[in-house]
Parts: sequence; structure tokens; C-alpha cells
Amino acid sequence: MEFFSHNTKFDFMAQRKWALWFSGILLLFSLGALLVNGLNLGLDFTGGAQLEFSYQNSPDFVQVRQQLNQAGFTDAVVQAYGSSKDVLIRLKPHKQMTQQQLTSEVAQALVGAKLQRVEYIGPQVGKTLVTNGVLAIIMALLGTMIYIAFRFEYRFAVSAVISLIHDPILILGIFALFKVEFDLIGLAALLTVIGYSLNDTIVVYDRVRENFRKMRKASAVEVLNLSVNQTLSRTIMISGLTLTVVLSLLIFGGQMLRGFSLAMIIGIVIGTYSSIYVAGALAIIFGLDRKHLIPADKVLVDNMP
Amino acid sequence: MQNNYPLWKNLLLLGLLLIGGIYAVPNLFGDDPSVQISALGAKIVDDVTTQQVRQVLATDQLKYAKLEQKSDGLLVRFFDTDTQLKGRDAIKSSLGENYVVALNLASRTPKWLQVLGAYPMKLGLDLRGGVHFLLEVDIDRMIKAREEGDVRSIVDHLREANLRYVSLERVQPHGIVISFRDNANMDQGQNELTKYFPDYVFTKFTANNAYKLQLMMEESAVFKVADYAIEQTMNTLRNRVNELGVSEALVQRQGVNHVSVDFPGIQDTARAKEIIGKTATLRFQMVDVDHDQSGDVPLGSRLYDYEGRHILLRDQAILQGNSITYATSSFSQDGRPAVAVRLGGGGESIFHRVTAENIGKPMAVVYVETKTDQHVVDGKVENVSRQEERIVSVATIQSALGNSFEITGLGTEQYAQDLALLLRSGALVAPVNIVQELTVGPSMGKANIQKGIISIAVGFICVVLFMAFYYRTFGLITDIALFLNLIFMVAILSILGATLTLPGMAGMVLTVGLAVDSNVLIYERIREELRNGVSPQASIYAGYARAFTTIVDANVATLIVAIVLFALGSGAVKGFAVVLTIGLMTSMLTAIVFTRAIVNFLYGHKNVKRLSIGI
Repeated sequence: MEFFSHNTKFDFMAQRKWALWFSGILLLFSLGALLVNGLNLGLDFTGGAQLEFSYQNSPDFVQVRQQLNQAGFTDAVVQAYGSSKDVLIRLKPHKQMTQQQLTSEVAQALVGAKLQRVEYIGPQVGKTLVTNGVLAIIMALLGTMIYIAFRFEYRFAVSAVISLIHDPILILGIFALFKVEFDLIGLAALLTVIGYSLNDTIVVYDRVRENFRKMRKASAVEVLNLSVNQTLSRTIMISGLTLTVVLSLLIFGGQMLRGFSLAMIIGIVIGTYSSIYVAGALAIIFGLDRKHLIPADKVLVDNMP
Repeated sequence: MQNNYPLWKNLLLLGLLLIGGIYAVPNLFGDDPSVQISALGAKIVDDVTTQQVRQVLATDQLKYAKLEQKSDGLLVRFFDTDTQLKGRDAIKSSLGENYVVALNLASRTPKWLQVLGAYPMKLGLDLRGGVHFLLEVDIDRMIKAREEGDVRSIVDHLREANLRYVSLERVQPHGIVISFRDNANMDQGQNELTKYFPDYVFTKFTANNAYKLQLMMEESAVFKVADYAIEQTMNTLRNRVNELGVSEALVQRQGVNHVSVDFPGIQDTARAKEIIGKTATLRFQMVDVDHDQSGDVPLGSRLYDYEGRHILLRDQAILQGNSITYATSSFSQDGRPAVAVRLGGGGESIFHRVTAENIGKPMAVVYVETKTDQHVVDGKVENVSRQEERIVSVATIQSALGNSFEITGLGTEQYAQDLALLLRSGALVAPVNIVQELTVGPSMGKANIQKGIISIAVGFICVVLFMAFYYRTFGLITDIALFLNLIFMVAILSILGATLTLPGMAGMVLTVGLAVDSNVLIYERIREELRNGVSPQASIYAGYARAFTTIVDANVATLIVAIVLFALGSGAVKGFAVVLTIGLMTSMLTAIVFTRAIVNFLYGHKNVKRLSIGI
């Protein structure tokens, strides 16, 4: 059974200018969304308290807000969480009250609600997590860049890293655009997407290297085109399968994993696109040629008597 | 081109499979809510205790599944958490003070598996319900307290050496500066003080016509102080945890000055916090030798029991436990066991004076503990606290005691160690703040487990069906490998004792997708070879050979990311990273080696015309 003709001959490289423009515009949009809307940082990064309550019947939000206001929590954010019977109350850190007091007072204020989960994070811990998160992204990118430069060639490494950076920025942009909450597990998804997209990119590069060795006469553009085409069916299929798996997570995994699933889905789609178009195109722009991959060729010729 | 695995390879793989199966299987057995009973101190859990327990349960009509006698106590398995809680209360009030009655989730893993060390995976809080705290230990304050103590000591030493100085002050954020009138004094001062304060770095400098000597604690000394504070906090917490009646609490160090505490299964955060926040403390009191021990208790003194005799102690504490910054067992000059104690943070001068006035008289160390009990009053749960005091040591004062002294004449080395431990745990080492707290209700925990399992199942089935349709027989082989991958992942997590969290389950779902990747690479390569006219056997060989490097490259890259995530993540994210890392590695094993073994078994050595690979 085959989805793709095994002889696809899409001229991906010819479209590279369009692809890069497209990516560039998306990136600008994302950066714009991030600047304008800001990222809706979850509790893990801001600090504060988050209490999850469930009711017997769907609660009236207006009433809930009133009850909280009367109890003195004027800055509480009330939102639906998962099913219609669940409510999430978010509070900023309160200096005067201990967490225990906070929890019991809120619980008392809300009549008929059953406390399911409490999360309290001090502001310092939040800051540390943000720092660590950013550090993690940088380390991941650096580590993979070094690895690719080591296994392939530095032009590959640089283009891979640029296409890798492009993925998380787009994900964050979409999160900012739709004001989706970005928490620690979303960050984990971001890093996983980097790894996953890298996976794709390396498969393509590996094929490129092989084709350069096999096809003595072809130009860089031709080789890249062929390589992408050859790996196309595999790339699309794996993306499809992983997407299915993450969709299952989105549907059945519950509210706590929502940030993760969404980030992964966006990431897989964008990652596939970037592996097909961006990575190869960038390599060509950087002037990738046969001689970079097979330095031994020339030496051999020169030594012939 | 032999597509053949020698017999030993196949046997090895089967062996691995068997091991994986054995260590994964405990996870299927489930847990019983139970109550664990063990004895404190001199008491033991014997048949009398067992009988008592049985009676209590029978009287209160509490049904239980089993009562097991173990080497360290008793285990009573109940059918549900309600009965478990009632059972715990009933048993605790019946057995009294000398027994620890704790809630537990005992796994139903049969004995023979336990003997092999096969246990189910630990479940994180988000899957089990419970309470988690992250505590921050205030190292800063501790260092300041230490400096305060040392300042007093410096004053004493300088006075004894007859060294005049202009001023002595502490500077922010840390450090002590002494001003001298001239160079000679300053040099002498430094010579004198370096003898007694090896943990400090001395710097001389001149400013405003004054000769100043600056003392800063050495980096390594600061680290030691911090380490000590954290270790002590952790020890104290661990000791306290038993009282809470949770036997699986986890106290771990996180980073430089944080401690994380997990109480799985309990819901009462108030009580948990109390236990964490409270401290036991120590007092040093003089023995009242002026009055008769057996007569009426005079005003200003109290009667205590110690090693079978009565001892009268004067009420006034001459030293509080929070002045103790360090205590360790050692040997005194005559080679006998002793405890070396160091003070800081206030109170040393009074202590010095009183001990100077009472040389030759006995002094007692009193351990004061605040115990909280939960009582149900009028249907509401109340926490009642009471203080318990007991003498842990009586020693004769040999000389005026300064900020560093020894308690000698202790008898055995074991006693010295125990006393040092007590002194340390009684001391308020450093203040702790709760900076993070997470509570998850038990029903939520169960719901999360279900969600996780359904996601894994649905994702798995989708992939399995697709592979079977797209790659026919080879697809089915992949499906088997995927299943084996899950088994190996579970087995390794169980062996490592890693904790499974909800993100960890997400990681398992993801691994299913990533594991398929390797096989798709191999099969697409085989298909390509077949299209190019290569024979089936050679195609298989080439497919596996060529795809191998690609798979390794791609997986290593993802592995780098997973490791970064593990190193820099915390809590739930760490759980995700662990699962991802393990999953990637096992997937390489199952996707390459195991599928090859099956393929070889089916196709190797045979004259095959066509491969059932979907083309």
C-alpha cells in the first residue's frame, strides 16, 4: 500500500524563495503577536496560586466571582477548566496570607464546591523556572548544532539550527495570538518539538550526503531536491502517525496536558514544513556544495601522476 | 548475505524479553490501601500486638482483607480508603504512644516477584493524590547567626590576649571588620585570631588612618554551613514524617538550598505543614543540687525522670537549642567518647558566665518536643498540641564553656552518636519557607491515570492498525516491536524506581510515535531496494544496514534534547524527560534488533520470492 508515488519529482528547491519569504512573514507575525499580546504565562512561571474546584452542577461564574469578591479576593481570575462543572481560580501571590489560609478561605467562600487540586508557587521559584527554561532551549540548540556539525558539516549545522529556532518561535507566536496558557509542560513540548524536527532534518541531510556521494555530476540544487523527494513519503507518514498519537493525547489526556498537546500538534506541522523547505533551502543559500561533503575527492585527483 | 541471527543472539533476546516481562508485570497487580504498624524504641510487635489489632478491628467492625506479619511489623490490608482511615485511627488509639501507625499503599505483587526485586512503578502525586512542598532553607540567616556567635568569640579572644582595638563591626552582606590603632596591633590580632578561626580569610587594609582587619568566611566554609543546614533540615523532616502517619514520604534535596517533600496519599495539608514547620528544641538547665530530690518540688524547679531516677532541674534555661550550630560525636583528649558542640547566634556569653560560676556541678540537656495529635471533636477534626520534655544527658561542668565545647564522660560511642544526633535535630538550624505547594485530591489522581491509559491505548491502536495496513507483514512485526517497547519502558522505569507522572505518560504516548519512525526508515529503504530490482534477501540486509546510521543520528539528536530537559527541568517535566530518554533507547533496541530477529526468523534461510511489505 502506498500513499505516494515513489517517484515524486516535486521541485522543492525551486520554491525555496517563496518558502523562505513565507517563513519570514510567519516569523514576523509571531514576533508581532508576542510583542502585542504577550505570552500568557502559566502559574509555573508567574508564581501565585491556582485552585481547581468541581461542582455538582455547572456553576454560575458571575456568582462565583461575587463570592470571591466578598471574601476579599478582588483580583481572582475565574475560568472554566475542562468540563463545564470544573472551575479554576487563579490568584496572584498574597504576601499576608499563608497558602493554607488562602486555600481554606477560598474554599469557604465558594459554596458547594469541592476542592480537587491546589497549586502554589512562590515567585522566586517561578523566576528560576523561566531562567532554566530559556537556558534549556539554548543548550538544546547548541548541543544539537555541535552534533550535526560533527556528523555532517557546519553549513548543515547552521541551517538546521536556524530552521529549528524557527519552529518554537512560531509555536509561541500562535500561543500568544490565541492567548493560550503556556506552562512548564508546554515548554517541555517545545523542546520535544525541537528534537522531533531535528529528527526529520537529519533524515533529509543523511540522504543528501548519500546522494552527493552517489551522483557525481549533479548540482547541489538537484541533489537536495532529489533527497527531499525521496524522503517525502517517510516524512509525511511519520508526521501523520505522530500527529495521530498526539491528537489522542489532546482528546483523552485531559486539561492538564492541553498546553502540551497543542504545542506538539503545531510543532509537528510546522516542523514537517521546515524540514522539507527550510533546512535544505538554507543550506543552499549558504553555498553548500559537493566539495564540502567529500573533501577527499580533490586530493585523490591531484595525486594522480 | 545471511539474514540470520545465531542461536545465542535469539536466546539472548528471548532472555531480555523474559526479564523485561518479569519486571514490568508488577504494575498490573495494583495496590491495597493499608496500615503499617511498627514499634518505637524498646517495644516490639509481637503476637500480643497482633491480637490487640485484630480485636480492635473486630470491635469496630472494620473489614480487612489480610493481616500480614512482616519482619519489621504488621501490615493490615483494607478494601478501600475510608476503612483504611478509620482503621488507622482505631489502631492508633488502641496501641498508644509506642507504636507508629502509618498509612501505606501496599502493592499486591506476589512474594516471588518481590524477592527478585520486581516492584511496580512509583506513581507521582498527580496520579496518586497527595501533597508536595518545596522548602527554601534560609542559608543567609544561618551564616549571619554564625558570624554573630563568632563576633562574641573574637571579642573574648582579643581581650584575653590583651589586644586593644578601636572598633569591631559586622558588614553587609557578610564579614567582620576590626579596626586597630596601629600596624603592630593589627598583625598581632591577625596572628592571634587565625589560630582560632580557621574558617575565615583574613585581609588587611588601611582606610582613614585606621588599620583594618577584615574577616570573611571562606567559600568552602560557607558551603559547609549550607550543606550542613540542608542535611539537618532533611534529617529533621524525615524524623518528623513518621508522626504524620505516612510511610512513603519522600524528602529530597533540590539544588543549592531547596528541599522537596512529598507526602503521597494524604489530604490534610494543615497537618503536613505543621509537622514541617515545627521544631523540637533543646534546653540546657542546671541540676538543682540544693534541694532534696525526693522531697517536695520547690519553686523554680521541676522534677524529671532520667534513667530510672528523679532529677530536679532549675527552670531557667541557661542555653537554648537554637544556639547550637553544630554537634558531632568525637573523642575527647583522654580518648573517650564525647560530643563536640559549637554555638552561635546568641546566648553564649550568658552560658559562659553561668558555667564559670558552676564548675563542678551537673548540668542537664533537656529535649523538648511539640507533638500534635488529631482528635475528632464534635465531628470536626482538631489538631491538639502538647509539649513533651525529657532529659537526654546529664554531665558535670568541667570549666567555663565558650562557643565551642565538649560533653565528655558519655560512656559508649553509640551514646555519643545518638546524643550528637539529638542535639543536631533539636537545634533550629535555619528557618525554612514554603515556596511551592501542590495538592492533588485522590479522585483526581485516579482520573488522571485513566486519562493517561486511554491516551496511550488509543494512540497505540491507531499506529498499530496503520502499520499493519501499510506495511503488511512487516507492519505486524513492527506492531509486536512497539508492544515490546512499552513493556521494556515499563520494566526499566520499575527497576529504576522512577516516578511516573502524567507528563510521563504523555512521554510514553510520544515514544510510540517516535519508535515507529525507526521502522519506517528501515522499511522504506527495503522497499526502495526492492524497486531497484534487488533480491528480497539482499534488500532486507541493505535496508537494515543503510538505515542504521540514519536512525542512530536522528535518535541521538533527540536524545540530546531529552537530556537537556532532564537536567534543567524539575518535577513533572523531569518525569517526562526520563520517560522520553528511556523510550528512545528502548525503541532503538526493539525497532532494530528485535524486528530483525523476527524478520530473520520468518525470511532468513528461505528462498523468498516476494516480501510482504506492502508493495
